[in-house]
Amino acid sequence: MTTNRRDFLKIAGASALTLITPSILNPLWAKETVRIPGQDFTPAKALAAKRWAMVVEPAKCPEGCTDCTAACHAVHNVPNFGNPKDEVKWIWTEPFAAVFPGENHRYQGQSLQKMRLPVLCNHCENPPCVRVCPTKATFRRPDGIVMMDYHRCIGCRLCMAGCPYGARSMNYRDPRPFIARFNPDFPTRTKGVVEKCNFCEERLAKGIMPACVLACKEKALTFGDAENSRSEVRLAIDKRFSLPRRAGLGTAPQVYYIL
Amino acid sequence: MKNKKWGLIILGLAIFVIAVTFPFWHGIGKSKPVPVLSLDTPLIAAMQNKKCVEDKAFMRANHMKMLNTWRDEAVREGHRLYTTKDGRVFEKSLTGTCIQCHSNKEQFCDRCHNYVGAKPSCFDCHVIPGEVKK
Repeated sequence: MTTNRRDFLKIAGASALTLITPSILNPLWAKETVRIPGQDFTPAKALAAKRWAMVVEPAKCPEGCTDCTAACHAVHNVPNFGNPKDEVKWIWTEPFAAVFPGENHRYQGQSLQKMRLPVLCNHCENPPCVRVCPTKATFRRPDGIVMMDYHRCIGCRLCMAGCPYGARSMNYRDPRPFIARFNPDFPTRTKGVVEKCNFCEERLAKGIMPACVLACKEKALTFGDAENSRSEVRLAIDKRFSLPRRAGLGTAPQVYYIL
Repeated sequence: MKNKKWGLIILGLAIFVIAVTFPFWHGIGKSKPVPVLSLDTPLIAAMQNKKCVEDKAFMRANHMKMLNTWRDEAVREGHRLYTTKDGRVFEKSLTGTCIQCHSNKEQFCDRCHNYVGAKPSCFDCHVIPGEVKK
């Protein structure tokens, strides 16, 4: 049988039609994804803000006090590996020279030199960790919280290199055996995952203030909405001089220190 | 010389065919009992209307996709409440919702996961109350 021009065109046309069949079948495959209704429901109790921020008054901190650290680490199942090399920390203390290297000088008063200041993730307006994260495991929420999605973390540690405050810790070992008491309301992490302070976003969603703020008996930590001019944080920094850490880097940190 | 080469080729082909078809003939003749899932927990026993978040068939087929959707919506978008098809509201939480009723992970989750060879990584991080210190 010899193919004439007419038959050839018919076959070519029919073959071309088969190319579009996947797009016809697509709706059938798409049905597999589960659509979940009612996503826009926000619990009435949840604490919300335009821009969460914290004010720290280190002068109120009694010497050697670790109440904020203990409360935070217990609530968030932070492991204690017992050596500084593997240390995982969400909120901890540093000497003045380490917290404010640019503001320090050799004649700085003894009270400041000896002071240990509570430090934590600054939840920057312009967070370098978010910019460098290749999987978007770290992201900035509309309310300013720089949050981690541990499910997506691949442990590349670019965020740790990017963060100028050392606020991020890597789990170099399986953290589970090093957690003294489990809080079942919060997950643990696995080996190879980076973690940091999350401004207690899981507690804010339930209407509870951050664990460190509630644990501080001296009220050295204040938490609230920086965009609301009548909020506690704004009242705390309105009348006094406050300093964010290493503001010159352009990260716009949202933890303010009153010194 | 020529025959020897053919022998090697046939031997190689035979090994290849055996290896490729291994999953098809390996299980022939063996049968594993279908796992029996236990719903015997205090919370389920106390329930008047024994109903999961969605109906049984849907949960059986889609719970993993649903949990993945819950995970993304709760963590990334902050939408933490799930309204079921019949209007009940649940918190989107594995340990806060699912495990509250299905508190018998070994007799419920694990039995089926082991049977089908699924290794979900959920429990690597999400702590089951009472099942700690591994």
